[in-house]
Amino acid sequence: MKYVLKKTGILIVTLILISLLAFLAFQIIPGDPVTKILGTDYTPERAAQLREQLGLNGNVFLRYFRWLKGLVTGDPGISYSYFMPVKDVLKGKISLTATLSLLSWIIVTLISIPLGIIMVRYQNETFRRISVAFNQIFMAIPPFFLGMLLAYLFGLVLKLFTPGVYVPLSQDFGKGLVYLLFPALAISLPKAAKVAKLLHASIQDEMNKDYVRTAYSRGNSRWAVIRVHVLRNALLPTITYIAMTLADIVAGSIVVEQVFALPGLGRLLITSIGNRDFPVAECIVVIIAFVVVFMNYLADIVTQYVDPRVRLG
Amino acid sequence: MKKRILVVVLSLIMAFTLAACGGGSAEPEININPEPAGEPVEGGEITVGVTADLDSSLDPHVSSSSAGTREILFNVYEGLVKPDSEGNLNPAIAESYSVNDTADEYTFVLRDGVKFHNGNDVTIDDVVYSLSRAAGLETGEPLVADVAGIASVEAIGDKEVVVKLKAPDTEFLAHITTAIIPKDIDPEKEVVGTGPFKFTERKVQESITLEKFGEYWGEKPYLDKVTLKVIDNAETLVMSLKSGAIDMATHLVFSQVKELSGLNIYEGASNAVQGLYLNNAVKPLDDPLVRQALSYAIDKQAIVDLAFDGHGTLVGSSMFPALKKYFVDELTNYYTPDAAKAKELLKEAGYENGFDLEITVPSNMQQHVDTAQVIVEQLQAVGINATINQVEWNTWLEDVYRGRKYQSTIVSFDAHGVAASDMLARFQSDNGKNISNFASEAYDKAYKAAVSTTDDAAQTEAFKECEKILTEEAANVYIQDVASFVAMGGDFYGYEFYPLYVADFSKIFKIAE
Amino acid sequence: MIKGMNSHFKIGAVITCIMLVIIIVGMFWTPYDPNQMSGSEKMQGPSLQHLFGTDNFGRDIFSRVVQGAGATFMIAFATVAIGLTVGILIGLFTGYFGGWLDEILMRINDSILAFPSILLALVLIAIFGGGKYNIILALGILFIPSFARLVRSEVARQKNMDYVRNAKLMGVGTMRLLFVHILPNIVPVLLSAIAIGFNNAVLAEASMSFLGVGVQPPDPSLGRMLNEAQTYLMSAPWYAMSAGIAIILLVLGFGLIGEGLGGERNG
Repeated sequence: MKYVLKKTGILIVTLILISLLAFLAFQIIPGDPVTKILGTDYTPERAAQLREQLGLNGNVFLRYFRWLKGLVTGDPGISYSYFMPVKDVLKGKISLTATLSLLSWIIVTLISIPLGIIMVRYQNETFRRISVAFNQIFMAIPPFFLGMLLAYLFGLVLKLFTPGVYVPLSQDFGKGLVYLLFPALAISLPKAAKVAKLLHASIQDEMNKDYVRTAYSRGNSRWAVIRVHVLRNALLPTITYIAMTLADIVAGSIVVEQVFALPGLGRLLITSIGNRDFPVAECIVVIIAFVVVFMNYLADIVTQYVDPRVRLG
Repeated sequence: MKKRILVVVLSLIMAFTLAACGGGSAEPEININPEPAGEPVEGGEITVGVTADLDSSLDPHVSSSSAGTREILFNVYEGLVKPDSEGNLNPAIAESYSVNDTADEYTFVLRDGVKFHNGNDVTIDDVVYSLSRAAGLETGEPLVADVAGIASVEAIGDKEVVVKLKAPDTEFLAHITTAIIPKDIDPEKEVVGTGPFKFTERKVQESITLEKFGEYWGEKPYLDKVTLKVIDNAETLVMSLKSGAIDMATHLVFSQVKELSGLNIYEGASNAVQGLYLNNAVKPLDDPLVRQALSYAIDKQAIVDLAFDGHGTLVGSSMFPALKKYFVDELTNYYTPDAAKAKELLKEAGYENGFDLEITVPSNMQQHVDTAQVIVEQLQAVGINATINQVEWNTWLEDVYRGRKYQSTIVSFDAHGVAASDMLARFQSDNGKNISNFASEAYDKAYKAAVSTTDDAAQTEAFKECEKILTEEAANVYIQDVASFVAMGGDFYGYEFYPLYVADFSKIFKIAE
Repeated sequence: MIKGMNSHFKIGAVITCIMLVIIIVGMFWTPYDPNQMSGSEKMQGPSLQHLFGTDNFGRDIFSRVVQGAGATFMIAFATVAIGLTVGILIGLFTGYFGGWLDEILMRINDSILAFPSILLALVLIAIFGGGKYNIILALGILFIPSFARLVRSEVARQKNMDYVRNAKLMGVGTMRLLFVHILPNIVPVLLSAIAIGFNNAVLAEASMSFLGVGVQPPDPSLGRMLNEAQTYLMSAPWYAMSAGIAIILLVLGFGLIGEGLGGERNG
């Protein structure tokens, strides 16, 4: 319980720090949003009115708290480019990126764990070497390059899906999933290779421990030892690691959305930074960072719950 | 064993490479300006890729609206008169018009049965309201520069409207294409026009939906629905066209079109002048010698050959060939590419060792980014160290177009209407859109002479004089009228090019399968 | 630690050395000027004249890949150098002195580490603007926390060791103690972190240039080339392949070296 409390305390401090950093980062960028929206000639009254509307009055800290309050209550300001509430600009884009990340995450888990186990299950040298080589190469492929190859091969040559089309899941679940599958693969394959490798290493670590020798001495076969004893212990750090890959997965989706022309948070972030639409950019940054930090927190708590040996290290 | 892993790794790489090279490159077949392979059918939907989201405000009277927004809104809004693909001005919301002898009073007769998209009839009050609003009669600040010359708008009965001008203007008809909107709605919030398509939905940075307007007064469009999909990345645009995720895209360049075998390709002029626009107010570009040196250093034909596979028409001043009456062909080769001459001029101006030049280019416009790459190479040859600064479209509008905080930029300027003044007004020293900060007394005088005369021949001469001054002073490096390609997927046909920057969706049709 | 290098390290070293040799030669000589355009040689397939073919401006792709790899490598190098230098400074002091400053810096550190790297890089690009040097700055800042964290934990471990205590008893000054005594002892740990850092920096630069905020045209960069190549994937797959494989080789080389070094230490 004490552990949870301490972790929760750290979580809250981190979230506040992240929001402060994100807010300040966009404050130091020169340029006046009023000039941006109104152009060069405008009346002072109009400017004052707009300033009020955009919440630009007061000192930095006052503005920060106003913004934070808005963020928590679901009203994170007004977009400079579209002059509409940020939450309306984000509509639909959050769910896309969330679905894509979640799908990628599931794929990472579904591929990496069996793969890691297969790599120790079969002791054939050639197989092991090929799998290790494949693994290394996949780890080195940038997600956007893999995305291009998948779009080319499965989209343009084999025509299994239409790159550039996105069907919201709420509209047609099955179809939506198929269209997101390939972008998700582009994000998750390199990650899955890495996790599989980690699991492999962690199983091998466990195999050198005393209890494994004891199990062997009782006459158990290698696979039985792995299955019954080793796997449980080796999976734990792997699952924690998978939980922590979320940050990378989200990062991957920012770039991969660009390859597949998916209208998600990543593409919106890039355009809004280019357009200097900072309220939107700020909001996206904070949302993503919050989710990542929160997932890491959950992973910590769950790990501790499952395996009380893990303490603050 | 380690060696074997290495062998495996290397052979995999080889396999990859070979697979890549095995692709082969048969010359692709491209159907340019194809004949429809069947009869048009009523109905159907088309998805069109656009490289930038439309402006945040779709108010048709907003002065800073971008060409990309105007070309789409052409389908939604109409004025008293409307241009066609031949460049003629046809009565639209007005049924007929007349003009007095001194060309300072125009009378329009309202057409019967024209309806707004919200179902209301267009009344004479709407017309008076729209023109007054656009001309800024009440506020004193015109929203639409084209109609700034209006002195008063008056309704006579409920069928006629009289527009009085501050000064005679024989080209005024080309300017009165200004949208007519209902007087009782806020155009910033609602998009209600009278055009063949009505605006139905907008998802920010994602899509815009237009639907057929069933009660349109004129020839009704074939298609039921047009979805504009924002794809702000030229590379993904081509992929989406190939995959069929979008059915159509405009303003493509030939290198993109080459990838699109199997699609219907339409080639036309973009009716805009692409140039390396220079900020005449900053050093060293304030020196005419330097600007002339740039003009000699840049080989326009090489740009067209390298970046556009020879498609495009060279120009020499701020006028494109489609406006035949005003186009001065002799100016095109006023500066023949000559690196030695350019160096000499630079030396004379005191820049013997060249200088640094930043070229700001909107990143979503492939044709300009490609042009910039060639220009950087050409300028290198005379010792000018040019760099490219790619920016998002909105940032370009803010910094370059409105802020004039830039050194040089590559874009195309189009004409709002079919009038010479559209291409030339911006270079007057006090013009609000003079992004070049070009200031020449001779030019201002010639331009004034052109717009104040009612004598057609004298006016044409004066406009030509303006073009000549722009070229001689090397206000900017005028490059070409970029060949514009439109690609449409399999069953779609009927794209028509206008002598204006518009994309008319009403003529596009699907053929029976 | 030099003895008994594992296979990962060796293969990684071979790949990296080959790439480095190509890059270094490319700085002085490439078969063609990477920016030289040629209207008559556009979009040619691989041949003896043009090993990897030519692009849409008729530029030699091999020369561009070589220069692009060089640009990517230089950016990665500068990035890691910034991250490492500042990271070592922060890590040494916070690890050695501890206290509230340590607490605050490490909180900020963790907050930064929580951001997906691309996200933070994009934020920094929003502040500084795009372009080659700003990318270096942005990625450099991004890399500070991971190095700082590593150094800090190592210093915290080392500071209670006998050799440090002895040095202190002998009256060695703090600065000297930190930089002359402790720092060399954490170099082995740092080496693998540096290789992994390179690996990440190459990927990050490629991603940023792919998104169009990194190296500006017409200068070649592997990420930019991949972006441009996307249009021609169907008719000129060699274009994308050459740039993509160059990135993979760079990442693979550094990744293997990093793992080789790390694996040696752990196992």
